[in-house]
Amino acid sequence: MEIVREVARKNAAVIFTKSWCCMCHSMKALLYELGASPAVYELDQHVNGTQMEWGLRALGCCPVVPVVFIGGTLVGSAEDIISLHVDGSLKHMLINAKAIWL
Amino acid sequence: MEDTSPRTDSSTDADTEDKMSNQLQGIGASDGSDKSRDQKTLRRLAQNREAARKSRLRKKAYVQQLESSRMKLTQLEQELQRARQQGIFISSSGDQSQSIGGNGALAFDVEYARWLEEHNKRINELRGAVNSHAGDGELRIIVDGVVSQHDDIFRIKGDAAKADVFHILSGMWKTPAERCFLWLGGFRSSELLKLLINQLEPLTEQQLLAINNLQQSSQQAEDALSQGMEALQQSLAETLAGSLGPTGSSGNVANYMGQMAMAMGKLGTLEGFIRQADNLRQQTLQQMHRILTTRQSARALLAISDYFSRLRALSSLWLARPRE
Repeated sequence: MEIVREVARKNAAVIFTKSWCCMCHSMKALLYELGASPAVYELDQHVNGTQMEWGLRALGCCPVVPVVFIGGTLVGSAEDIISLHVDGSLKHMLINAKAIWL
Repeated sequence: MEDTSPRTDSSTDADTEDKMSNQLQGIGASDGSDKSRDQKTLRRLAQNREAARKSRLRKKAYVQQLESSRMKLTQLEQELQRARQQGIFISSSGDQSQSIGGNGALAFDVEYARWLEEHNKRINELRGAVNSHAGDGELRIIVDGVVSQHDDIFRIKGDAAKADVFHILSGMWKTPAERCFLWLGGFRSSELLKLLINQLEPLTEQQLLAINNLQQSSQQAEDALSQGMEALQQSLAETLAGSLGPTGSSGNVANYMGQMAMAMGKLGTLEGFIRQADNLRQQTLQQMHRILTTRQSARALLAISDYFSRLRALSSLWLARPRE
């Protein structure tokens, strides 16, 4: 869990993915579209991937990918990202975390 | 010589008979016993010809009956198809080829037809309330009822997608014209909002801005999900193509099985895409209701319902169109 928090703290926006996960592809595309450049951690490719996966599961992330952190805070899965995007909150969170600038 | 068989209609038979009797008259006319044998022969031949003719007529009648039955069957099948597409439940007990998935599909089609009927009732109630200038309180109650009914169908769709994702993706539970606009098993919220913007005037500056932002947001989310689906298609194609090549060696069989397992895993993620597409639709509608006043929400719901009704009416016209 610590490694996950560490990663989240160091980056304005983080997305945890797996290389073959197409929903992860969608969420990355959405964040890029908003002008963000999230740090991408591919759990199946990264040297600490297994640890990070345990950490995410311990935080209650299910499915374990894709998972997004903004400004060190857990935002959630694809479902959460879409909901927050539709009501305008996602953009504000990204701006506040300085992940994007207007 | 007398011809004891009944006069036939066919002129060729009579001609043949005449010819034959002439020939036979020429051969054995003088011998008495030969004459009676010839008579019997002639009679037998004539009777045979008659029997053959009758048999041909019966066969013709039978074939004609088969042809008209076949046409009737085709017509009935078309009517059945039309009725199914309009959401009328028809038992298909003779259709044993339906798989387990097929049964789930049929069950969903039935539920959807039922939901649509209920939905139309509520919409009519709403229309009545709007036209009779009902108060905001009353309108709110009816609008909330319609919205929660929308939530019902999304839940039902979600369960159906778990059972048979390809049925939902196919859009076969919708009418043909609706299927024109199919995106990930349903409608595009962004397109719906584009249609509504004109219907919803007068909107305040704030509302107009919010609706435009909402339209843009839903479009962005749609594009993101579409990109994920394309990646899935690409990935699936690569997985399956990877197992192509000379078969036979045991190594290749293991390879094939492994790649099939991978492909199966990928197909499994389709349900997630449908779920997020429906999530997007639900969230967009909810946000729309937050932006609009009660009266505007009522008009929006009526406009949406009317639009889909027209699409369904178009489908009926299309299916009933005269063909060559």
